[in-house]
Amino acid sequence: MANMSLKKNEMPSQAPDVRNKNFKEVTLGYTPEQAVDEANRCLNCKNKPCVGGCPVAIDIPEFISKVKESDFEGAYQIIAKSSSLPAVCGRVCPQETQCESKCVRGIKGEPVAIGRLERFVSDWHNANVNASPEVPTSNGHRVAVVGAGPAGLTCAGDLAKMGYKVTVFEALHLAGGVLVYGIPEFRLPKAIVQKEVDSLKAMGVEIETNMVIGKVETVDELFEEGFEAVFIGSGAGLPRFMGIPGESLKGVYSANEFLTRVNLMKAYREGSDTPIKKNTNVAVVGGGNVAMDAARSALRLGAEKVYIVYRRGMEELPARKEEIEHAEEEGVIFKTLTNPVEVLGDENGFVKGIKCVEMELGEPDDSGRRRPVVKPDSEFVIDVDCMIMSIGTSPNPLIKSTTEGLDTNRHGCIVADEATGATSREGVFAGGDAVTGAATVILAMGAGKDAAKAIDEYIKSKN
Amino acid sequence: MYKIVRKKELNPTVTLMEIEAPKVAKKAEPGQFIILRVDENGERIPLTVADFDREKGTVTIIFQIVGATTEKLNHKNEGEFIQDFVGPLGVPSHVDGLKKVAVVGGGVGCAIAYPIAKKLHSLGCEVHSIVGFRNKDLVILEDEFKASSDILKMMTDDGSYGEKGLVTNALKELIEAGNQYDEVIAIGPLIMMKFVCALTKEYGVKTVVSMNPIMIDGTGMCGGCRLTVGGETKFACVDGPDFDGHLVDFDEAMARSTMYKPFERQRHEETCNLFKNA
Repeated sequence: MANMSLKKNEMPSQAPDVRNKNFKEVTLGYTPEQAVDEANRCLNCKNKPCVGGCPVAIDIPEFISKVKESDFEGAYQIIAKSSSLPAVCGRVCPQETQCESKCVRGIKGEPVAIGRLERFVSDWHNANVNASPEVPTSNGHRVAVVGAGPAGLTCAGDLAKMGYKVTVFEALHLAGGVLVYGIPEFRLPKAIVQKEVDSLKAMGVEIETNMVIGKVETVDELFEEGFEAVFIGSGAGLPRFMGIPGESLKGVYSANEFLTRVNLMKAYREGSDTPIKKNTNVAVVGGGNVAMDAARSALRLGAEKVYIVYRRGMEELPARKEEIEHAEEEGVIFKTLTNPVEVLGDENGFVKGIKCVEMELGEPDDSGRRRPVVKPDSEFVIDVDCMIMSIGTSPNPLIKSTTEGLDTNRHGCIVADEATGATSREGVFAGGDAVTGAATVILAMGAGKDAAKAIDEYIKSKN
Repeated sequence: MYKIVRKKELNPTVTLMEIEAPKVAKKAEPGQFIILRVDENGERIPLTVADFDREKGTVTIIFQIVGATTEKLNHKNEGEFIQDFVGPLGVPSHVDGLKKVAVVGGGVGCAIAYPIAKKLHSLGCEVHSIVGFRNKDLVILEDEFKASSDILKMMTDDGSYGEKGLVTNALKELIEAGNQYDEVIAIGPLIMMKFVCALTKEYGVKTVVSMNPIMIDGTGMCGGCRLTVGGETKFACVDGPDFDGHLVDFDEAMARSTMYKPFERQRHEETCNLFKNA
């Protein structure tokens, strides 16, 4: 008999005024009892609408059925068929706009907590099962993957399972991409990412760090070395700034820089050689997940007041709902319908405030969202000593500029077929933020997965 | 891990290291830089390539001990390893078609100016090198510059070696003497590059400078290395490090370079035995 409660089982978490002072994971995950109880809310619909909402098409009702039976390893095996990084996705996917948005239970009440169940199942597996993954029989073909982020790791994992010999080239000193430099420890513990990377290595995937493709080696040289196909998942690139006066003052960071210092370089830990400025009041400009990560990291580094400054309203914030709620609970102050026009500096060149204007929402623009318009005579100053710009990125130019015949669009994103990731260069496939511009982990994984399938077909067609 | 195959103290605060890094050596060109991490907890720091040997597969770096990381690096000896060494990054210096160039180096900046002088010289370009140091004890790469220059002007602030004065004095003299340079290439402290550019602007001589701002990833992701060049935001790691010196906002670059000075000093004092024992 299904559990007909209209509400999801709450997930235990650290209390807001405790967690906003540490970098430990905020949410603690379901207990087995909670997981089974939540799984019983699933009606096991025949037409499985939730699966259509998942970019990697996990058989959701099937894995939830196993959870109902307390067969957690069985549930994991079903997820693992479709997803290379389940413990990651259970934590960072925007389920409310994907699988859970299609859930029948969501019509009246809350949808089944699919994300929380996915997380529970993969954490259970990681804690209880120590079987090394099967090393597939090699088919003798070599594929190069550029970038060890969600797109690249997924593509590499899928190809390795098919028997390909895959080498992943990573520019930084550590594999994981945005999972290690961008998403903070309190939202995605780095040990989980490392575990996923280790299991790829156990399957025979080679990861070469410190390899900036486009500089150390070009895509053409990879082909010369005997790789038969190349997947480019090099991620998003240079941070955007607003172009307002004062953006070069000391204390203005891009979210990429701020988060890289904190996450990848561990600037929050005693003993890290990487410095980060100690701030009292911080303004984060932008309303996406990255902005929430930056704001919540700033709180944990000891800031007294942290503001999210966003030009549209609360309803329009693009971040995941859970991130916004967590940020609010932790004490982040939302200054919505507010736009900075100038950064103010003190006599030593450090930030001392931002001059802002109030906005109101006008007619919808091309994106369908209501366009923010400046309210006349609404200037005011927020006193801050740090400003973090989180308004997006433009693609990294290194591969584009060194790979002849690789088409990019007017934004500089690599042009790739939506279904296969095929680019204008034969044998070169691409996916993730390098193609779409800044998007989500799961979309990048979906693209990596599709490309793996297409690369397999491509190589088979040549042999 | 990358092996240190040679280490040489050039002066009390400047050290040369030759690092085994075949892939970097294969591609490196003058003007490019590398990013290194000394150990597992290390920060990523950029250092410009001072020389490279494609056959031996080595890259030479020359660094001044200014903070904890360069101090730690200096504690490493021949035969030991450093954790990470990635490159070559940035755009190589533009050298094609240059017939007569003044290469101006200041202090440890000479380490970066030297490979450019060497390359230009090998291409048959007339090279006038002007190198400046605070005093005689700090002079580096004198023989190397001599071998790659048609004229070498040695300047020291206190006159303890070469001529007393600043590099700008010597450059002005050479220009006044009728030397018409296709380009001046100036590499050294920001303040030196700023004044070289102010001088060459007067004479209308194109001037290229090599910028070395604070960086983290060095691959075009973090934006920490941004500069204002000709009113636009540029990133030293992917757009540079060479820029048209007449367009660079040096005052802003100087302000930004001091962001972590207090932290650097404190960490250096924690790392250096001299301070520990005091």
